Amino acid sequence: MLRVEVSKQLGQFSVDVAFASEGRVTGLFGPSGSGKTSLVSMIAGLMTPDRGVISVDGEALDDTTRRFHVPVHRRRIGYVFQDARLFPHLDVRRNLDYGRWMNRLTRDVAQEKRLSEMLNIGHLLDRRPGQLSGGERQRVALGRALLAQPRLLLLDEPLGSLDEDRKAEILPYLMRLRDEAGVPMVYVSHDPDELRQLASHIVMLKRGRVAAFGGPEVLPA
Amino acid sequence: MFDISTPEWMAVLLSLKVGVVATVVATPIAIALAWALARYEFWGKSIVDAAVHLPLVLPPVVTGYLLLLTFGKRGLVGGWLDDHLGIVFAFRWTGAALACGVMSFPLLVRPIRLSIEAIDRRLEQAASTLGASPWKVFATVTLPLALPGILAGMVLGFAKAIGEFGATITFVSNIPGETQTISSAIYSLIQTPDGDAAGMRLVIISIAMSMAALIASEVFTRRATRRLHGI
Repeated sequence: MLRVEVSKQLGQFSVDVAFASEGRVTGLFGPSGSGKTSLVSMIAGLMTPDRGVISVDGEALDDTTRRFHVPVHRRRIGYVFQDARLFPHLDVRRNLDYGRWMNRLTRDVAQEKRLSEMLNIGHLLDRRPGQLSGGERQRVALGRALLAQPRLLLLDEPLGSLDEDRKAEILPYLMRLRDEAGVPMVYVSHDPDELRQLASHIVMLKRGRVAAFGGPEVLPA
Repeated sequence: MFDISTPEWMAVLLSLKVGVVATVVATPIAIALAWALARYEFWGKSIVDAAVHLPLVLPPVVTGYLLLLTFGKRGLVGGWLDDHLGIVFAFRWTGAALACGVMSFPLLVRPIRLSIEAIDRRLEQAASTLGASPWKVFATVTLPLALPGILAGMVLGFAKAIGEFGATITFVSNIPGETQTISSAIYSLIQTPDGDAAGMRLVIISIAMSMAALIASEVFTRRATRRLHGI
């Protein structure tokens, strides 16, 4: 279970959000500038809340009353960015292996095989990120985040930089991941259709506040 | 024309030794400083920045004299190093390396700083979400992405170091076999009757080494762009 209860002042803008979600995929929905990315950055630990608590499965990651903050690299929270952010100096194989390398995990050949089939990236392993299409890059980024064995996966508009055809290409992969990877996800999007297909719980944000919380039915038609 | 005499060879080899030592010792310091200048705002940053570039604009004889005052046998630092660690700079090749290191330092820092500034910091964020501690981020993302810039700086600094003259001759004089580098050897030769041919040989060697270094630096810079684009 993901529990978030945070407030953060960012210049003129403030985020003040509280929710708890059991869902396999929690959708963060809202227009741009509603605080989605700030919220996800706080969950990832890239940004520290001014006040509040963040916990995953009962384990606190942030608790400002105790001045407690787990640094990003010890949180085991995967993050798939809109722009993939693959390491340009490493080929796809080593990008995928990066999390295992950093966390000194033992090689799980079965999982590697399963993921590379699920994401259809087996044929890309020797390429450099610059030689991939946008959709391929995003699939590799998904694989890279999952191979670090996170306990929670954050996806910040992973389809945001793709055109409609590419979106339609990636969505099925995301649905398979949701059903087969067994990692809870927080999925950020401003596209209600995307969230209807993926998310079981929706947190609707408006100007840094929770405007609605519930099932996919709270999404606008 | 091209039977090079022993003293000439000694000057060439000494220059290479001085250049290599100066570059190898200065590079880690330059990386740390370039990193600080590229990434942090701190009190006195513009003074540090100016001090780094000072050897570029100061008359070399002034730099050499300041080195003599500081690192000479009776200098504040030089005296201490001699008493406690037995390290002597004055009139030794080590002093030539120190002078060359100081003079080439700005050329070393600049490309490294630029290449660190060009790195997309969001890649470092991505690395930390994958479990990399700040040191590992530096070692596995920042440093490799800055590497072509570091190499370009090293080559440029090395080229400057092997040709340095003013600060070196002021600080450690012009002793054949100990502190007589290519530059000071050429200087001596062209002031000696019948030294022209030998001087010309060293001039040609000097031009060839400098050209090679500049071309190498250019190649590294081009690679840097490719690397940052992941091709």
